[in-house]
Amino acid sequence: MALISAKQITKTYRVGEVDIQALRGVSFEIEPASFVSFIGPSGSGKTTLLNLIGCLDKPTEGTLTVADTDVAALDRRASAEFRGKNIGFIFQDFNLLPVLTVYENIEYPLLMVQKVAPVERQKRVTALLAAVGMADQRDKKPDQISGGQKQRVAVARALVTNPKLVLADEPTANLDHDTAYMVLNLMKKMRDEFNTTFIFSTHDPKIVGEAETIFTLEDGKLNEDKGKGGNGHGKSL
Amino acid sequence: MGNLFKIAIRNLLRYKRRTLLTASLITVGVVFVLAFVSISGSFKNMMIGQITDSMLGHLQVHRKGFVASIETLPLNLNLKNGAIDRLEKILDAQPEIEAYSPRVKFGGMFSNFTETSSIRLTAIVPEREFKTVPLLPGRVTEGSKDLKPGGILIPELLARGMKVKPGDAAVIVATNADGSVNGKQFIVTGVMESATGPGGRDGYIHLDDARELLRMEGRQVSEYAVRLKDFGKLAAFGEKLDGLLARESNQQGKPIFELHIWEKLSPFFNIARMIDVMTFFIRLMLIAIVLISIMNVMIMAVYERIREIGTIAAIGTLPGKILNMFVIEGFCMGVVGALIGDLVGIALVYILNALELTYNFGQQQGLILQAGVSPADVLMISATVIVVSVIASLQPAFKASRMEPIQALRHT
Ligand SMILES: Nc1ncnc2c1ncn2[C@@H]1O[C@H](COP(=O)(O)OP(=O)(O)OP(=O)(O)O)[C@@H](O)[C@H]1O
Ligand SMILES: [Mg+2]
Repeated sequence: MALISAKQITKTYRVGEVDIQALRGVSFEIEPASFVSFIGPSGSGKTTLLNLIGCLDKPTEGTLTVADTDVAALDRRASAEFRGKNIGFIFQDFNLLPVLTVYENIEYPLLMVQKVAPVERQKRVTALLAAVGMADQRDKKPDQISGGQKQRVAVARALVTNPKLVLADEPTANLDHDTAYMVLNLMKKMRDEFNTTFIFSTHDPKIVGEAETIFTLEDGKLNEDKGKGGNGHGKSL
Repeated sequence: MGNLFKIAIRNLLRYKRRTLLTASLITVGVVFVLAFVSISGSFKNMMIGQITDSMLGHLQVHRKGFVASIETLPLNLNLKNGAIDRLEKILDAQPEIEAYSPRVKFGGMFSNFTETSSIRLTAIVPEREFKTVPLLPGRVTEGSKDLKPGGILIPELLARGMKVKPGDAAVIVATNADGSVNGKQFIVTGVMESATGPGGRDGYIHLDDARELLRMEGRQVSEYAVRLKDFGKLAAFGEKLDGLLARESNQQGKPIFELHIWEKLSPFFNIARMIDVMTFFIRLMLIAIVLISIMNVMIMAVYERIREIGTIAAIGTLPGKILNMFVIEGFCMGVVGALIGDLVGIALVYILNALELTYNFGQQQGLILQAGVSPADVLMISATVIVVSVIASLQPAFKASRMEPIQALRHT
């Protein structure tokens, strides 16, 4: 059973009197534990699609199932609960909370989104701090660490709730080339360790090579390529 | 919950100067209100105390219709034997009453054998009167406070105007209920100041002398002044006693008695009311200050943190939690403002008291300002500030909790 299944989804934004078709009938499936990238030129609909998968927005038409849930049927509160339980997010601008330390940022979802007992919480946060190599920076505030370090913290925060799926919209766009590779490798390592599905979008062709399954979006439509490993876990329908 | 507080406090500390400014604005407001409430409150209580404890008593009972024509002190509206018994029986049965005092009030002429002037007299049984209005002896400025039959306490106005001193002889001439005139010689026991201001023409004599002067048959009383054990229960007790008295009627089925609490008998009640109204508006101003400053800060806080709100909403923080996060920020600011304000306010009142500022009230010169801060006031003001802070944060917090994550995340 696929983790994500999209059937003929479209997304139309209405701006004033004009309809903008950001997605025009996209279908695909993504298996658990995949490492998937959506690529495409600016305006091709990558962010739109990731927002739909991430349950932050609803498709205009078509059906989208994530972890056996028809996400279009969820109301505001149910979507929030669904996201908190099943999805981790990594953002282009890192989006760590500036008033919290590295440790507290990773801990945040376990405190404010899920209710996890203190002992278990500490175990998970400490393990992830070590896994992303930030254990020695745990008490620093986000403004005291570099961009690459911030994104590593963000990866840890996204994984701390053991989500089925981590979504990252242009996670490396604000990082230099080496750091970008490091973050991607970290994501891949985490996938191997936790069997979490990672989906990221990018328009950096060099980074794309790291993905195992690549979906190319063009003008709201999908063309499938296989990543270099050729053992992709997803298929375009 | 503790984590919400942690995040709220850190966010407040993030904009230290702004938080400090808002909190100090609230502090200034609280200090001001606290000082005003305690000073005006103590002035009001002193004033009410002076009036009730040196003159009126807490409440008075008369024969029906007496108060309406009190200007003429009508002797034909005195309570007589049967009515006196019925009333005293009721008064004696009330555990709330500390003491009560029968009085006969009448107008007369005061003469020092060379000049004559009008005087209003209250005839009393001194032991009972002094228990009912304990500050009365304090008003005697010259001579003896001890009023015996044959003695008279005269107002300062007459003493000064007619050059009479304690020990001098004087004559009172009065018309009794039947219209016949009678006179009696008194020795001036003491001179007393007026309770409420210059111009008082009130003197005191012993009830036995009044009986003789007015040739009263049987017992007669114009008014009963009543003192309660607890002044704070006046309104409730007044109603209860009024109900009991209303049951007492004469042969025609008309009520015999009328009851008035001090507020209905003294024009100073209006001043007390005015102080209350002023206090109310000062409190309202504090509410406005807190409401506007907190709302302003919280609207800014939400606006500055739209992307953060988008982030936490995206990763699954429920709207209610986001709402709480911001409301708690407003709450904390209110608490800090109120606490510091309370401390500074109490210190200020303490300093004012230590300075021993003086003021005059009526004939009372150089009263020392003794403002008291009641714990109830402090609690009330603090609670108001905190509740208003929470209310002021609600709208911005609600807005934050309703934000769509994608739009909030796109905000630059
Ligand atoms: N909220 C919105 N309102 C209106 N139009 C939108 C909105 N979001 C996206 N669009 C439009 O939908 C189309 C797809 O946008 P989207 O952001 O998904 O592209 P993208 O592939 O992520 O581009 P980029 O690489 O620049 O991030 C674009 O034409 C964009 O202008
Ligand atoms: Mg995009």
